[in-house]
Amino acid sequence: MEALLAQYTSVNLASVTHWYEVAPVHQFPKNGGVCVKYKGMQIAVFYFARKGQWYACQNLCPHKLEMVLSRGLLGDENGVPKVACALHKKTFSLETGENLNGDLPSIATYPVKVQGEKVFIGFKE
Amino acid sequence: MKKKVIVIGNGMVGYKFCEKLVAKGAEQFEITVFGEEPRPAYDRVHLSEYFEKQAEENLILAPREWYEENGIKLCTGELVTAISTTDKTISTHKGNQASYDYLVLATGSSPFVPPIPGVHKNGVFVYRTIEDLDAIIAYGEKMKKGGSFKASVLGGGLLGLEAAKALLDLGMKPSVIEFAPRLMPRQLDEAGAKMLQTTIEDLGIEVLTSKSTTDIRGDGRIEEMHFADGESHSTSMLVISAGIRPRDELAREAKIEIGPRGGVQVDNKMQTSAPAVYAIGEVALYQEKIYGLVAPGYDMADICVAQLLQEDKAMEGEIDMSTKLKLIGVDVASFGDAMGELQESRAIVYEDKNKGLYKRINVSLDGQKLLGGILIGDAADYNMLLQMTQLKMPLPPHPEDLILGPRNGEGAAMGGVMDLPDQALICACESVTKGNLIEAIGEKGCETIKGLCKETKASTGCGGCKPMVNDLLREALKSMGKSVKAHICEHFPYSRRELFDLISVKGIESYDQALDELGHGDGCEQCKPALASIFASLYNETAVKQETIQDTNDRFLANIQRNGTYSIVPRVPGGEITPEKLIAMGKVAQKYDLYTKITGGQRIDMFGAKLNDLPQIWEELIAAGFESGHAYGKALRTVKSCVGSTWCRFGMDESVSFAVELENRYKGIRAPHKLKGGVSGCIRECAEARCKDFGVIATEEGWNLYVCGNGGAKPKHALLLAENIDNATCIKYIDRFLMFYIKTAAPLTRTAAWLEQLEGGIDYLKQVVIQDSLGIAEELEEQMGALVNTYQCEWKQVVDNPELKQRFRHFINSEDSDDNLTFVPLRDQKMPKPW
Repeated sequence: MEALLAQYTSVNLASVTHWYEVAPVHQFPKNGGVCVKYKGMQIAVFYFARKGQWYACQNLCPHKLEMVLSRGLLGDENGVPKVACALHKKTFSLETGENLNGDLPSIATYPVKVQGEKVFIGFKE
Repeated sequence: MKKKVIVIGNGMVGYKFCEKLVAKGAEQFEITVFGEEPRPAYDRVHLSEYFEKQAEENLILAPREWYEENGIKLCTGELVTAISTTDKTISTHKGNQASYDYLVLATGSSPFVPPIPGVHKNGVFVYRTIEDLDAIIAYGEKMKKGGSFKASVLGGGLLGLEAAKALLDLGMKPSVIEFAPRLMPRQLDEAGAKMLQTTIEDLGIEVLTSKSTTDIRGDGRIEEMHFADGESHSTSMLVISAGIRPRDELAREAKIEIGPRGGVQVDNKMQTSAPAVYAIGEVALYQEKIYGLVAPGYDMADICVAQLLQEDKAMEGEIDMSTKLKLIGVDVASFGDAMGELQESRAIVYEDKNKGLYKRINVSLDGQKLLGGILIGDAADYNMLLQMTQLKMPLPPHPEDLILGPRNGEGAAMGGVMDLPDQALICACESVTKGNLIEAIGEKGCETIKGLCKETKASTGCGGCKPMVNDLLREALKSMGKSVKAHICEHFPYSRRELFDLISVKGIESYDQALDELGHGDGCEQCKPALASIFASLYNETAVKQETIQDTNDRFLANIQRNGTYSIVPRVPGGEITPEKLIAMGKVAQKYDLYTKITGGQRIDMFGAKLNDLPQIWEELIAAGFESGHAYGKALRTVKSCVGSTWCRFGMDESVSFAVELENRYKGIRAPHKLKGGVSGCIRECAEARCKDFGVIATEEGWNLYVCGNGGAKPKHALLLAENIDNATCIKYIDRFLMFYIKTAAPLTRTAAWLEQLEGGIDYLKQVVIQDSLGIAEELEEQMGALVNTYQCEWKQVVDNPELKQRFRHFINSEDSDDNLTFVPLRDQKMPKPW
């Protein structure tokens, strides 16, 4: 199980070596999430349409290690964008990956960029 | 060097002593507690609840870990057999010895068993410990199996009546036998006792007064009781509750001074005749009296702790024996000089035999002060009257208003809780004053009832002051310009009810628009589903329209399970299904390798469906004639039914037909929480309709309609709303009731909890639904009618729309399923691999 978690480590903008093109903007639900398959990993991508902001993180919830975060509800806590897990409503900051309503391990986050109609996730190879 | 404290006795008062000592100065003491019972201290005041739940953990005051965490050595099941006041040591029945710097006797009392011939026969019990209760329950069950239901209680005091209630709960037919001419002779006057007697006789408890038992007869076990007046009374068991005797035997042998009729003599500092030995609770004889109530016991614990900490604190000269309790569902309270015996006074009495009310207050001769009184049937004003008595507050110009209530539209006679002075004692068990509570609210920022009780310990004893603490919190927050927060979350400064009205009045159509006009930020997992429910109730839009504000289950129209797969429950109205449909469902389950189980709501649940298989599965189910069962929604689940008069030889009406009609009527309707219904064809109630949000039971003359029941964590029986009504009236009332609930309840509040919070309760609900006291019945019916007429199966919407089907892909960039799923075999099916 640890092996599953170990696949995911946060990538910051400066260390991106590869931008993976996911899908066009119109395929993403507004103010919701989708899941992206990339090299055996599952990455959740969230589109905050009200502010035009995008976030990506591991789809794996560290609580029970299920691939569910992309199906969670989006929102903010005092302005910090967050996702609430679909299984037990554990919430995570999409900026830092930190668990906001408990002391679970943080989730890995990834940079997202949008160029025209295209949405990319940044990875470090 | 820590001082050694030994506490003998781990009852309520012994525990309270530990709690108070730990709170104030644990680091100075090494505390050892000896208790002869096998378990840590439990709540004897609420012992009769054990008959209802038989769960001792509900009664335990603190678990063993609490003692450990606070460095207290707890020795249960160990009886202290001797004290040496010269060596300052104790020894136990296990042969253990321990020395002390301070010794606290909290040995309590034992039930007094009068020396009546035959009192040791089988079937005669006392009522004090959990073991006593277990024995009573076991014997009662045995008697019932043998067809004997007659049980008796010797003693018509507080505890005796509690015991009678317990026997009633056990399914026995109890009689209460009292030596005095009336019930509760120490707390009630004749008229009050008579009122109480009439009320409890109506509940099925026989009351015999002026009976002096002379003999208990029977062959090995009790069969008959004989009285001094020559009469006899047959009974299959007897519970003795004839008073208490202090457990002073240890002290007696240690040559500590004992009162002439028992009890360890203490002064106003709980000090006994032996140095460094204290006595508290029911073993202590203070001012020549034993106090069998918990509040004075707690006060004694407090005083004793103060001595150990070298504080200057002493027991009050006058011990308040005021008491309020709910006996067998009847409020009974007596306070101050209840019978007007201690000083001259004038009594004001109000009696209503029709409603079972008796209220008496004793007013000083000058008409200035309240001295005491009695309340039977309605003790809502007990706390206020007690405060007025204790604080010698001035009386209103017409003291009778205190028990008659204000008339001619005048304000409340006794003012609100905020009019009390700061020293007013709100929680007598924990000695919490109004000032303590106000401080906790104002300075320590306690803004919830839970937080306030945790901080101050108010309401953690008998709980009787809870309503008053609640009022105080509300009023105090109001005076600080705050209100008890009912906001649904940080994004909307409104309650659900307010949002419902605002969205309706402003014609707001989407969540985003609501955020723009009424809220701020990006929303969250609390307000999104709450507003989704409101939109569904106002516009009957399905969960498909604004899918990203739906809770996960609604967003994907299925119930998410442990491993992220879903379960599927097609609607089977009333639990009636054709063989063809059963086969069709079976084939789908087989094809997609789903685990199947029958639900409690008479439907079939199919588990383990992958997200990306859901649309295909539903296409096949819809083709076979199924529609969504909304098992995933805060919506109508099922209307459970028994088979009814079409087949059943006892049935009074067609329960299945009516259940199918009701389920089809309300299907798809979203509510603040899930809704369940039930229809039973006769009084045998095989459909368990009274465990439902609405339940209908056939009678000879129509249907009885019950509302606001539920199973689950806090089971509650539904309450009768209307009797002997026809189908159309039944539907009319359910329409009104459900719509009223949908419009006014807080998010995730079932109807039972909603009714609990509804001021006026079921009587108020009857007025709104049946008498139309708010004048909204027609509007409610119209709104419900609109919902019923615009029903759509949301799964059909998805299956018919290729774009919507795309939402159910697991990956946006691949048609694959989740590759993280692992199943293991379970009996002949499968289950997710355990976490």
